[in-house]
Amino acid sequence: MSKKMQDKTNYYLFTIFAAFIFISYLVNFNIGKKIGANFMIFSRDMIAILPPAFVLIGLFDVWISRKSIEKNFGHSSGFKKYIYAILLAATTVGGTFVAFPVANTLYHKGANYSAIFVYVSASSLVMIPMSVMEASILGVKFTAIRIGVSLPLVIISSIILGDFFSKINYQIPEIE
Amino acid sequence: MYKLYYIAGAAILISFLADRQKTINGLLIGWKKFSKILGTYLKLLIILSIILLISDQFIINYLGNQAPFIGLIMGLIIGSITMMPGFIAYPLAGILVARGVNYMVVAAFITTLMLVGVATFPVEKEYFGVKATIWRNIAGFIISALIALVTGILYGEVLI
Repeated sequence: MSKKMQDKTNYYLFTIFAAFIFISYLVNFNIGKKIGANFMIFSRDMIAILPPAFVLIGLFDVWISRKSIEKNFGHSSGFKKYIYAILLAATTVGGTFVAFPVANTLYHKGANYSAIFVYVSASSLVMIPMSVMEASILGVKFTAIRIGVSLPLVIISSIILGDFFSKINYQIPEIE
Repeated sequence: MYKLYYIAGAAILISFLADRQKTINGLLIGWKKFSKILGTYLKLLIILSIILLISDQFIINYLGNQAPFIGLIMGLIIGSITMMPGFIAYPLAGILVARGVNYMVVAAFITTLMLVGVATFPVEKEYFGVKATIWRNIAGFIISALIALVTGILYGEVLI
């Protein structure tokens, strides 16, 4: 299926889905109403996050030079790039939904595989507000173990995966 | 909640004052990227709304009444296939702990929830390609299992 066809199917699917939820509310169909409530939870998040995130991604694209990304997230950056990737992740609002397109943009501006893998994984691991909530419910010890153990492992696995993907000359799709 | 709009608004303003043409180009690039991926995000919304039907009760039942290692495996699997916002996941984890479920099992559930996204596959593959998406998620699964084991050891639930 071509990309355009796929997109069209997605929109049709979504229209049917929206109609299903609407009818569920009309005829008091419980499962449908529950799916509708879930849909509200996620769509509120996406409306709050996606449009401004793509504005920022667009501006990022024109203002940040390829050279500065290569210098900080590319081959010449050494271990520092993982620190930058984690810092960028901790301050990325919206978790992976935003991190995926940002990572894609970073890659096409010269960031390494390993750096964007660290960035995407870290963006769901160390979201600051979420971690605070976690520590208050499950205890600081739990959160400390989770973050302390996961970050080194994420860096190690991203280096391994990065080497592997450079070796096989993998190309990440370009979304323009 | 809508603070990203303020940030984006401020960024547009500053960018516009600095260079009008560049700003317009940037907004066009952002719009193009957004309109290209919107359909996939809509599909993701449908998937997530249906997956969240797996109720709290189901998860409490499945993670609550198991031997620790079975619980660990169940936690890894349920966390991988589900996707829920933190304000639902953490109170649920709190209930599990209050019911005496091992921290190891809770850690397995919470970390796979973050690191493994079976449900978000349609979006991730658009940006990373199928191969990279699969390998990144496998790595996330292994890391989650290790974190859960270390949690179990440090809480004295797993004896070595």
